[in-house]
Amino acid sequence: MMLRILGLVAAAVLWAAQGFAADPIKIGAVVSVSGPASFLGEPEKNTLEMVKEEINAKGGILGRPVELVLYDDESDVNKAVLAAEKLLKKDGVCAVVGATTSGSTLAIMNKFPAAKVPLVSMSAAEKIVNPVNPWVFKVAPSDRHAAGRILKHAKAQGYKNIAILSVSDGFGQAGREVLKELVPAQGFTLVADEVFGPKDTDMTAQLTKIADAKPDAIICWGTNPGPAVVARNRAQLGMKTPLYMSHGVASKKFIELAGESAEGLMLPAGHLIVAAQLPDSQPQKALLMAYTAGYQERFKSPVSTFGGHGWDSLQLLAKAIETAKSDKPEAIRDALEQVTAFPGIGGVFSFTPTDHNGLDENAFEMVIIQGGDWKILQ
Amino acid sequence: MLFGAPQYLVSGLTVGATYGLTALGFTMIYNTTGIINFAQGEFVMLGGMLSVVLLKAGLPLPLAILAAVLCSALAGCLMERAVIRPVGRSAPVNLVIITIGVSILVRGVVMLVWGKDTFALPAFTGAKPLRILEASVQPQSLWVLAITLLVLGALKLFFSRTIHGKAMLACACERKAAALMGISVERMAMFSFGMSGFLGAVGGAILTPITLTSYDVGVMLGLKGFAACILGGLGNPFGAAAGGLILGVLESFGAGFISSAYKDAFAFIVLLLLLFVKPTGLFGGPKSDRV
Repeated sequence: MMLRILGLVAAAVLWAAQGFAADPIKIGAVVSVSGPASFLGEPEKNTLEMVKEEINAKGGILGRPVELVLYDDESDVNKAVLAAEKLLKKDGVCAVVGATTSGSTLAIMNKFPAAKVPLVSMSAAEKIVNPVNPWVFKVAPSDRHAAGRILKHAKAQGYKNIAILSVSDGFGQAGREVLKELVPAQGFTLVADEVFGPKDTDMTAQLTKIADAKPDAIICWGTNPGPAVVARNRAQLGMKTPLYMSHGVASKKFIELAGESAEGLMLPAGHLIVAAQLPDSQPQKALLMAYTAGYQERFKSPVSTFGGHGWDSLQLLAKAIETAKSDKPEAIRDALEQVTAFPGIGGVFSFTPTDHNGLDENAFEMVIIQGGDWKILQ
Repeated sequence: MLFGAPQYLVSGLTVGATYGLTALGFTMIYNTTGIINFAQGEFVMLGGMLSVVLLKAGLPLPLAILAAVLCSALAGCLMERAVIRPVGRSAPVNLVIITIGVSILVRGVVMLVWGKDTFALPAFTGAKPLRILEASVQPQSLWVLAITLLVLGALKLFFSRTIHGKAMLACACERKAAALMGISVERMAMFSFGMSGFLGAVGGAILTPITLTSYDVGVMLGLKGFAACILGGLGNPFGAAAGGLILGVLESFGAGFISSAYKDAFAFIVLLLLLFVKPTGLFGGPKSDRV
């Protein structure tokens, strides 16, 4: 323990010495550390700080230490806007990471072209990068990629008729839109389109109606606890129709809630939760294992994809600053657009002037739940 | 098209039993004190959450549930003693606002102590569904219906045969007269809060294996339970239970035959229409003199 403290003090002294030697590179962040979205924002903040310390321990970027100016938006859109204003006008940061939620990102993103500072968002909504805003990037994969991955698997199984069951909140509505577009577009027939409330405790009525339409597979789009109830109700009704879940339930909590009825369910999930099962040749594997070990050691809690978004945004910015050899916002923006085949936690990023998400369906792995754990589906 | 009807009925009755048990708690307190206790949903939540917490702490399931139910009953008594009695003589609307405050407080405390996660409880006797008339029935649904009926029967006996039950009814009818007859009105009020805590918690504990639980399940349950109460006729325990079952079945059929997107709306539309026609509820008496 003493050694560790001494080590930290030594690191701090070194860091301070560097601080005197060179101006820090100031990067801003707007994160929902508290409030309803804190389950997303907390791992993001933890990871951002961990990455910053790692970078500084290695001598910083371009020989300059990184300074993180992080504001908590308390899961409130208005506070996110104020935080963004402050970062751009007062703190003079060269780039911003955030926000945690789609609503907050959409509210702050239009400030960035005017300020000519790049923004790397950690939230999911496709509207953030479509249409492309030259100053706005996003590291979280889109619903479209997850839905695409499911439909690819469904096609390989020879399914024709698909039923969808989505939750009536923002996440479910966005997924439903994408599915209603992709299902017919990829040659399937949409035979049922049912909805449930985020607080509903019984979905047997919807499932019975779906069973009546005789689909080959069901796609359920939602976040806990709704999909767990759907899984339970499906088992209770004795339905054998294959059930796909969205990436919104890719956490151990889902398996705990759905219990035995989770067995055999399939879903697209980020590589992080199945890192150990990936082949060694997979470009992200080493990184994922290291991140998992480092995070668990330091914060004593399991890793989540959301923390991964924090890793991706800050490392991508660091990479861009290094390639640009400058911390001028314009140079960072241009360099971000040039990033190709960059292995991150959420996937392998390749940005282009027309693609500011940089991910495709390969950001997801199809997994099946077996024996209470995830298994990669070949 | 009628293919799903038996299933919708079974689902509706199971969910409806939740509403019914919550509604019973409302009735209990309304009958002795004239207050609508908006913390009723929180009793249901406490029943479920405490069962989960005690089970995780290592207690066997029946014991965990028993302890959870008793704790909630105690919480009900405590609520009456600590926040209702001190302001006993003020207008009912003030008391109602206090109950809303208590519900927010309880929800907040539970969230801080046990977090915002959702929890599950194992089913009492396995989860293998039974096939009855083309409908799959969870054994737990049968438990829920049986226990609801049992509770109703016990209440009926309590009110008609025991001195305490009669005393509670007397307090409801005329506080002053009851007090003059030597009934401790305050003790009866505390007793009714305890009983409604008990009833709510029983509902929460037996339903959690089906519906899962979290710190905020009480809000919607409270609302639906209140609606069931009004539907059946405020103040009538059997009306409340029947109102809950009817509400559940309406929702289930609405979702099945019309559209699942408006599931919550059907029940409330029917409730409103009924109140236009018969303001005292389905099983309410012809006049309501409680003001």
